[in-house]
Amino acid sequence: MSADAPAILAQALTKKFQSFTAVDHLDLSIAKGEIVGFIGPNGAGKSTTIRMLCGLLRPSEGSAQVAGFDVSSEAEAVREHIGYMSQKFSLYGDLTVRENLRFFGGIYRVARREIDERMKFAISMAGLEGREDRLVRTLAGGWKQRLALGCAILHRPPILFLDEPTSGVEPEARRRFWDLIHEFAADGVTILVSTHYMDEAEYCNRIALIDRGKLIAIGTPSELRAHQLGGELFEVGCAPLGAAMKALSDAPGVVDAAIFGDRLHVVLGAGGLDAADLPGFLGEHGIEVDQVRSVPPSLEDVFVQLVSGSPEERMIP
Amino acid sequence: MFERLSVMLMKEFLELKRDRWAMFRLIVPLIIQMLVFGYAATFTVHHVATSILDLDQSQASRSLISHFVATSRFNVVDVTQNRDDITRDIDQSTATIAIVIHAGFGRTLGNGQSAPLQVIVDGTNSNTALIALGYLSQIVAQFSEDQSSRAANFRADTAVPEIGISLQARPWFNEGLDDRWFFIPGVIGTLTLLQVVSLTAFAIVREREVGTLEQIMVSPIRPVEFILGKTVPFFLIGLGDIALVSAFGIFWFHISFIGNPWIMLLGASLFLLAALGIGLLLSTFSRTQQQAFALNFFFVNPLFILSGFAFPIAAMPKLLQWFTVINPLRYFLVVIRAVFLKGVGFEVLWPDLAAMALLALVMLTVSVLRFRKSLD
Ligand SMILES: Nc1ncnc2c1ncn2[C@@H]1O[C@H](COP(=O)(O)OP(=O)(O)O)[C@@H](O)[C@H]1O
Ligand SMILES: [Mg+2]
Repeated sequence: MSADAPAILAQALTKKFQSFTAVDHLDLSIAKGEIVGFIGPNGAGKSTTIRMLCGLLRPSEGSAQVAGFDVSSEAEAVREHIGYMSQKFSLYGDLTVRENLRFFGGIYRVARREIDERMKFAISMAGLEGREDRLVRTLAGGWKQRLALGCAILHRPPILFLDEPTSGVEPEARRRFWDLIHEFAADGVTILVSTHYMDEAEYCNRIALIDRGKLIAIGTPSELRAHQLGGELFEVGCAPLGAAMKALSDAPGVVDAAIFGDRLHVVLGAGGLDAADLPGFLGEHGIEVDQVRSVPPSLEDVFVQLVSGSPEERMIP
Repeated sequence: MFERLSVMLMKEFLELKRDRWAMFRLIVPLIIQMLVFGYAATFTVHHVATSILDLDQSQASRSLISHFVATSRFNVVDVTQNRDDITRDIDQSTATIAIVIHAGFGRTLGNGQSAPLQVIVDGTNSNTALIALGYLSQIVAQFSEDQSSRAANFRADTAVPEIGISLQARPWFNEGLDDRWFFIPGVIGTLTLLQVVSLTAFAIVREREVGTLEQIMVSPIRPVEFILGKTVPFFLIGLGDIALVSAFGIFWFHISFIGNPWIMLLGASLFLLAALGIGLLLSTFSRTQQQAFALNFFFVNPLFILSGFAFPIAAMPKLLQWFTVINPLRYFLVVIRAVFLKGVGFEVLWPDLAAMALLALVMLTVSVLRFRKSLD
């Protein structure tokens, strides 16, 4: 693999389960050492994409190269170069921390003279010193998660696939986990990590947004925030919310209107209503407005707007 | 290859060691089933409740009654002179069989003529009834032999003794025609098959369900290495099962073992490989342990019925007879019964051994091929 070749390259990657398309012509190119966040709601196709990239599932159409090897025809070679943490915790609960590490070390044929040192590293990385002989099923979530990461990196893979590694883990442990991911990336490891926590997206170099099997946007967090909205974002406190959203979505100059908690997020483009006109416009529809203020867009705003902006969404009642 | 296999085996061993109930689950059901089969699954009938209506009251009739009292096959519950008692005994199931000795029985016999004997049988359990009738005719035959030899002694000087032909059946290999000798070797094969198939199928499906299978398959391990790692322990457990249950049959039920232990080991190994193949194949068709359970139930029961364990293959419809050809249990039962009871060797058993080897080869190959696909 040449230095500037992408570590992960997917072209029109597609997976169909019978007639259902779980991943739909997905294109993705990830450079060496990048951390790419794979973000989308449940059932979007994140796990299916990752499984195809790991050579666990055969693509129905399209192709993908990982570490320069084709995932369908050279799956064995791909497996030598990747580490994978599946969405579901999948170490052996009845084995101790050390026994699990030794097992995965053996499966990956880590050399005998290196295994002790690698295990030591994995144990300290996961903060499991002193718990080496505990049965894994007795560990708390955060430790389990870090141990799973430890098992996945024991053979020093240049590419890591982490499928929702932080789901169900308390916030403190999640932050620690992301610190580890950044340390690996600093060593040149390429990481594709899926999550449905929007706040975690900010930790990534780039974000790929996926919805119903389709890649809907990819870029750095700030790129996505700046360019994808197509206007300026305002937060509107008003009631009733539903009627306000309906009135605004057909109004001139409104790119998007969506409910966020007990408020409305409205994206205003050029040539139409501006922020000052909003109380008056909504007042005409019998809606009371108590506040309008400009807010910096979060990735969640971007995501919601992108999803609701897709033509399929409008067609589905 | 060896390194991955050794960590797989190590892991299996550790999991088994940590599972406190594993040994219990592996051994206790085998022993219990062995005892149940050993004692309950028999065609031998003892203590058939019997009522006797003696309308003759002669020396001969009393002698006949004493023959019935003397044997453990029958339990004489009632000796009466009242016809109604007999009807009542049968109706109320106090007796399964009633024997009526008509008046004049002794006199007719004394005249050297044959005397009729009436037998009433409760046919609701046709099996017991038939078996009891069989014993009954043996006893009556014995009785009439005794009578005629006594008569002959009386008349030895005056008359030419009658020449009687009596049939003496002498079964080979199982002199006492003890059903246990037939059943126990079959039980050994059957119990091992049940255990090995379900253990194998469940172990793999559990890894699939828990997700560890996916974590392993994403490594460069080859399917063969994984499958060997999963099946070698069950092969050893299966051999242990066969040894344990055989020892139980030999030392507890006193079944003779007159054959060559090496032939037994060879047969057991080929049989176990085929059983592992079935278990693996079932696992590739199941996503969850429930599915594995259902499949196990639907496949293993017919294997058991269509094996010749209890129902002779020769008596089955042609179509089912064909099915038995792909049933490893069928061949193993031949081998195990032959080794236990007949002591015949390779020269006789090679077709059955070869059939098991072929079945094992086909099933293992198919399941390894299917295994990779089944991840999709
Ligand atoms: N083996 C499978 N068979 C059929 N449908 C599947 C299978 N795996 C996933 N799916 C479907 O594909 C869609 C995408 O699933 P998945 O990739 O797990 O989503 P995500 O990881 O983004 O939550 C879901 O609707 C899921 O039900
Ligand atoms: Mg998922």
